[in-house]
Amino acid sequence: MCRRIKLMLLAIVLGVPGLALAVAPDLNSAPSAQATQAKVEALQQAVNAAQAASVKAQAAAASAQSAGDNAWMLTSAALVLLMTGPGLALFYGGLVRKKNILGTMMQSFAMMCLVTIIWAVCGYSLAFGHGNWFIGGFEHLFLKNVPIAADPNNFYAPTIPEQTYMIYQLMFAIITPALICGAFAERMKFSAMAIFLSLWSIVVYSPMAHMVWGVGGLLNSNGGSIPSLDFAGGTVVHITSGVSALVTALYLGKRIGYPQTKMSPHSLVLSFIGACLLWVGWFGFNAGSALAASSLATSAFINTHFATATAALGWTIFEWLHNGKPTALGAISGAVAGLVAITPASGFVHPMSALVIGLIAGFVCSFMVFKVKALFGYDDSLDAFGVHGAGGTLGAILTGFFAAAAINSNNKDAAGNVISGAIDGHWHQVINQLIAVGISWAIAIAGTLVLLVLIDKTVGLRVSPEDENEGLDLSQHGEEGYDFAT
Amino acid sequence: MIKIEAILQPSKLDAVKDALLEAGIEGMTILEARGHGRQKGHTEFYRGREYTVDLLPKVKIELVVNEDMKEKTLQAIIGAARTGRIGDGKIFVSRIDDAIRIRNDERGEAAL
Repeated sequence: MCRRIKLMLLAIVLGVPGLALAVAPDLNSAPSAQATQAKVEALQQAVNAAQAASVKAQAAAASAQSAGDNAWMLTSAALVLLMTGPGLALFYGGLVRKKNILGTMMQSFAMMCLVTIIWAVCGYSLAFGHGNWFIGGFEHLFLKNVPIAADPNNFYAPTIPEQTYMIYQLMFAIITPALICGAFAERMKFSAMAIFLSLWSIVVYSPMAHMVWGVGGLLNSNGGSIPSLDFAGGTVVHITSGVSALVTALYLGKRIGYPQTKMSPHSLVLSFIGACLLWVGWFGFNAGSALAASSLATSAFINTHFATATAALGWTIFEWLHNGKPTALGAISGAVAGLVAITPASGFVHPMSALVIGLIAGFVCSFMVFKVKALFGYDDSLDAFGVHGAGGTLGAILTGFFAAAAINSNNKDAAGNVISGAIDGHWHQVINQLIAVGISWAIAIAGTLVLLVLIDKTVGLRVSPEDENEGLDLSQHGEEGYDFAT
Repeated sequence: MIKIEAILQPSKLDAVKDALLEAGIEGMTILEARGHGRQKGHTEFYRGREYTVDLLPKVKIELVVNEDMKEKTLQAIIGAARTGRIGDGKIFVSRIDDAIRIRNDERGEAAL
């Protein structure tokens, strides 16, 4: 395809001056008016043909770009789904006791099904439809008017079909509530979980996604009244899920026997595989957020990888100093913390900044998990808050410091100035980031609390003590993850 | 007939098995077990949380031998399993009333 375009362009470049040379000597002679007229017409025709060829070449180039971008975005969408299942399902599944592995994996899997349906019916419309500063409208209910062809005037992604954008964003909407499951692991009813997280995706996720990424959203970096920078979901995904996780852990209370009983992970091997799948899938999450197979995607890809490496190192060093041994669980937890923290910054910062952001995230998140959780005594079972809430907040704020116009100058404020961070002297961006953090904390706390109270009063949130002791696999699903007797 | 039950460090299983075969023992039963004696458990760390693991993995060998094989068998096990450190394990010896080979109703020492 590309070679054909090049050949066409070559033909045009060589052809036009060639024609001019061929015609020029004739003009010097003294031809009749009629003959001259004929020659002018011939020349005109040649010019028209060249112009038509040029238009055709441009259309071919645009179509090639669209094809390339669409290929990358569909791949990215698949990579983001890979993060939830098997990535997160294995990561969380290995961290619980073996009587709860299926119950935990089913929570992630349920999101892959439930949120998909919600997204098709109303979620996408509420997040990315027009509407107001807070929430999208109803014009895309049942995916009405979401074009299947790429449209250069599309607000979200000019080179790919909006349907591609829709399915890509769906994968974000799936993983976000699935992350919360880490906080209430091993003790929530499957029915309550399904209702809670389905409603959460409408009440918390869609408005937050609209405010940050939706057309006309309050925090949108492209036309919002408080433009904040969130490349791939530091506020939308990680703060909302992490803070909701904390609220849920506090509301639900501790697991029976916590913290006296040993509740160590039953299979760090599964968690290890899950974490590595998260790392790989995250390239789709962050580099895909460039919404094109562009150099910006390359930038986000590199930053994602760099920050993950230093964060794993940061956590491991902290743990080595703290407990005397570098653990596998520490290394993979640090990697996830780095992935979280770089998410909002991934398409805005220099690779060297990414190394720094990752290292800070490794130290801060391990400190949250080791010290702060113990200090307050809440049972955030798999550290959804310590990693996603803390890491997301940290990343969102650090984006305000490290965002560089040299990497990404696509976002401009009302006055037409490029939005970037303190590293470019724009200290007010840190304030905007803090406002965005505050709003995401607020909506997560309020939305989650209301839903928890409603569900607790109706279907009930928590399994009975007998069911909890028996494990979710048997009590909720009537099966066992491991049956070595057969 | 004598039953010998030996609780051992899992890492010593192969050496003990070889020593028993060398001593002329033809059959044995091996169980994976967990337990502790005077030996204290070890500590594990998961995300900064410290757990004391007091039930440690062990293997248990059970075998029944003729009276005259008793000392030879015990020495084979002790020789192969001893490191001299706490946690090496224990051996229990008891009398057996009868033994039956299911295949052909052989009884007593003939069934061993």
